[in-house]
Amino acid sequence: MMLGNQPQVASTSAMGVIAAMLEQRTGQQIAANRSWRIETALKPILRKHRLETLDELVAALMAGQNGNLAETVVDAMLNQETSFFRDAAVLDQIADAVVALQQTVGGRRLRIWCAGCSTGQEPYSLAILLSERLGDASPTFPEIVATDISAAAISRARNGRYSQFEIQRGMPIRRMIRWFDAEGEEWQTKAELTRLIQFRKANLVGDQPPPGRFDVILCRNVLMYFSAALRRRVFCQLAESIRPEGLLVLGAGETVIGQTELLKPSQQFRGMYTLAPAKDAASHCVA
Amino acid sequence: MKTCLVVDDSKVIRKVARHILETLEFEVREAGDGREALESCMAAVPDVVLLDWNMPVMSGMDFLRALGDSGIENKPKVVFCTTENGMGHIRAAIEAGADEYVMKPFDRETLESKLQIVGMA
Repeated sequence: MMLGNQPQVASTSAMGVIAAMLEQRTGQQIAANRSWRIETALKPILRKHRLETLDELVAALMAGQNGNLAETVVDAMLNQETSFFRDAAVLDQIADAVVALQQTVGGRRLRIWCAGCSTGQEPYSLAILLSERLGDASPTFPEIVATDISAAAISRARNGRYSQFEIQRGMPIRRMIRWFDAEGEEWQTKAELTRLIQFRKANLVGDQPPPGRFDVILCRNVLMYFSAALRRRVFCQLAESIRPEGLLVLGAGETVIGQTELLKPSQQFRGMYTLAPAKDAASHCVA
Repeated sequence: MKTCLVVDDSKVIRKVARHILETLEFEVREAGDGREALESCMAAVPDVVLLDWNMPVMSGMDFLRALGDSGIENKPKVVFCTTENGMGHIRAAIEAGADEYVMKPFDRETLESKLQIVGMA
């Protein structure tokens, strides 16, 4: 309800509905002290649909007359924070681990899954590091599959087009020259980089994981937004997607310890996780 | 504490850069053109130079060449920081010896990431 020219204040119930919708669809939780994010993130959508308040937005969502509105709302609230070469030392360790693993599997191509890749900076950064180590024309260059829940983020990742602001946050200038072309004010991945990654829309919660098993799975700074129960479920899924000798990489503030019995810290690769021996995922994971 | 020499003919840009660098715990010196910057380097070599392209008296590129010919040992890292954002300018700067390149406008995180890349943050 408008009170003169007073700014609108969302009702607690509207914020609750929207937060619940986000968690139901993505697993991401918004802490009570960060509920301001809901209003901030959704302001452009309110303007676009000529809605005054979050209560009106909830009403429009419940009416279900705009099929894409729910997806647009969820996309807007997802935390898509990322940058090229984020935690550069960790990415270097991952690339070194991939090279070490490659030496143990002979001519087989390793498979890497970047789960929750947002707008693509992480898989592109990893592909660049691996190209520098292995050569991008190597017949055993790893297969890289990158997924994210957001269709908009995956579309941007697949397009490989970044603003000046995005490209220079973390991207060393020599690598930018090597792997990107200037197009107006933006920077476009060269085809030889884009072709190294398969981008797919997929939800860690609910969707089937990419088919087959992976030698390395990156799931960095994703599970921190999930409830403990949901994290356990996702760990089950990740454990089923890792090859027996494979590695899981989490974000700096994330761990498997105390969260799942299926994975344990790797003895060989510091900061990474591997399958715990003699643990059967099927008997530990309840559908 | 590391030292950064900010070279820019704009007082506003120097002020903004100083503020960011001081929050990153740099000791900051300033120069308004390439000549002043060269004199500052001759007096005491900073750890890193944040360098504008177009300046009166001596441009950023001329400073970079002069620095190369100066005989100064333990040369500072040089990060170009400019509105010249074309690929041609970037290539020219790198070939002339710049270590990194920041396209204006920039923010704290961008500058910090570039300083990390050259091992200064």
